[in-house]
Amino acid sequence: MKEPLISVRDLRVHFRTYAGVVHALNGVSFDLYPGEILGLVGETGCGKSVTGLALLGLVPPPGEVVGGEIRYRGQNLLSLPPAQWQALRGGKIAMIFQDPAAALNPVFTVGEQMELVIRRHRRMGRDAARRQAAEVLRSVGMPEPERILETYPHELSGGMQQRVMIAMALSCGAEVLVADEPTTALDVTIQAQILDLLVDLKRTRGLSILLITHNLGVVAETCDRVAVLYAGFIVEMGPTGAIFQAVKHPYTQGLLAAIPRPSRRGNPLQAIPGTVPDGLQPPPGCLFHPRCPFAWDRCRQERPALLEVADGHQVACHLYGGEAAR
Amino acid sequence: MTEPLVQARQLTKHYVLRGGLFSRRQVIRALHWVDLTVYPGETFGVVGESGCGKTTLGRCLLRLVEPTFGEVLFRGEDLLRLDRETLRQRRRYFQMVFQNPYLSLDPRMNVLHLVGEPLVTHTDLRGQALADRVVMLLERVGLSADHLYRYPHEFSGGQLQRIAIARALALNPLFVVLDEPTSALDVSVQAQILNLLKELQAELGLTYLFISHDLSVVQHVSDRIAVMYLGRVVEVSTTERIFYDARHPYTQALVSSTPIPDPQARRARVILQGSVPSPLNPPPGCSFHPRCAQALPLCATEEPRWVDVGDGHLVACHRVSG
Repeated sequence: MKEPLISVRDLRVHFRTYAGVVHALNGVSFDLYPGEILGLVGETGCGKSVTGLALLGLVPPPGEVVGGEIRYRGQNLLSLPPAQWQALRGGKIAMIFQDPAAALNPVFTVGEQMELVIRRHRRMGRDAARRQAAEVLRSVGMPEPERILETYPHELSGGMQQRVMIAMALSCGAEVLVADEPTTALDVTIQAQILDLLVDLKRTRGLSILLITHNLGVVAETCDRVAVLYAGFIVEMGPTGAIFQAVKHPYTQGLLAAIPRPSRRGNPLQAIPGTVPDGLQPPPGCLFHPRCPFAWDRCRQERPALLEVADGHQVACHLYGGEAAR
Repeated sequence: MTEPLVQARQLTKHYVLRGGLFSRRQVIRALHWVDLTVYPGETFGVVGESGCGKTTLGRCLLRLVEPTFGEVLFRGEDLLRLDRETLRQRRRYFQMVFQNPYLSLDPRMNVLHLVGEPLVTHTDLRGQALADRVVMLLERVGLSADHLYRYPHEFSGGQLQRIAIARALALNPLFVVLDEPTSALDVSVQAQILNLLKELQAELGLTYLFISHDLSVVQHVSDRIAVMYLGRVVEVSTTERIFYDARHPYTQALVSSTPIPDPQARRARVILQGSVPSPLNPPPGCSFHPRCAQALPLCATEEPRWVDVGDGHLVACHRVSG
């Protein structure tokens, strides 16, 4: 088995608010291997983005990482001095966001912004940095990179802006790319272009991507493995094929059943009753039990652990594994 | 053939950007020469990418924005020629549900006030009779009398959209324009709202114009679909034909770019190059030709005409001949 590039163990993030402590992540563990796309899916407020931000040490206050480990090549990032983590951030580990227009600085040209990033991480003169920027832009499929370097972000379309963001992320030799809903703000035809680019970067550069999304269609078409997040906890994780064909967790089943599909036309969609639990007072036991059609006594008392049920396919549910199966 | 409920003829909306000191006057063609017909009891889907004019179309049909040119026939009567008072009276027959219920519902009004407002405007219902009617509407959309005196901030997005639907249905309309009604919602809640809309349609015999950028949602709810690109309708047909027998290259690309939630559904994808041109100066001829892999020299100079390829399947493309 290959060594994971990123290894997250029991990550816990709390937000201290006036109303109380919001439990955003309740012990998230996963590995990201070299050259794979791991999808992180879930609904609004499940902690997808916080997980991504935590990998870069960017959890905004009042949020803080209160426990767990984030290892990059064996090194625990959480115990690194800030300067060392800063050197990795935007260098080996980079991130792109949902709204590229908000992530780019409107008052600097694309070239100025890219040079800044490159020179922050590499000893390089301005001319060399500019050549480097043009080269990366070309590698992400930008026509006329020299001209693009002279433009301001508002002169580019959303798809082009996201390409600039990806180029910027790659310009310092990123090994890990955290992509937080990179195509949500884009139209479907542009989304297809960007997703193709990400898959291509994985194949040609061996880039590892944590793809955060709420769109299961995007996951099915791009990800090698998927982790399903519910209320700050991974409830199911496995190869994409297994998640879609041999889905185990009742929450994942519900999510998949709720998507409109051609085969279900004319029939009512299956909805998950109730709403996502309150992060201030998460329910005891399994976080999903108040909405779960199969919940029994044990689910109300004991939180299930993530257990392997098939090759590489893990589920946190009392319905599976161990003595619970009986 | 049944009588159409709503018909748009040559419906056009141009926005004029006034020229300033350094810029000249420019015209945005938000909606250009759109013809379509909606029949009673059907769900008519409108799809397209951002900026294609979907929302403008919905608003022009209800005369929420004043079209620049064209006709909107509602049961044979041209809405654009009605005087203010007659239009006000007709409005009870057509309603709209907006994309973002956090913005479309006034945060300072409680549910009784929100759902009761159209009833106060158009009927004599007041006091207890009004409250009773509002409770009935709430129950119909899956809420209850307990919610009567609550304010929008106390509800989740899905519940707010239910309130917006109750408000739209208060006057027993015939025609409801649903403008991206589930785009702000998570899939599990989206499923609840789509089911509710279907039930209400069956129960009340409603006709929907369903606007969305999400093809899988439109496919699920619609009987017929119009595909829009840069302010024009490029193809209209039944849902089956749009998804399995599309003739316009743009429709084909749009359908094939939509991700399918099934990793085994590998298919030939048509990935479009470039992005949607600005409606400020749309390309001459067919507005899709700069991105079209099948463009002919003719496409750059002449606007394609509508061709009926059979059973009311209309396509505007030079490549398609009747």
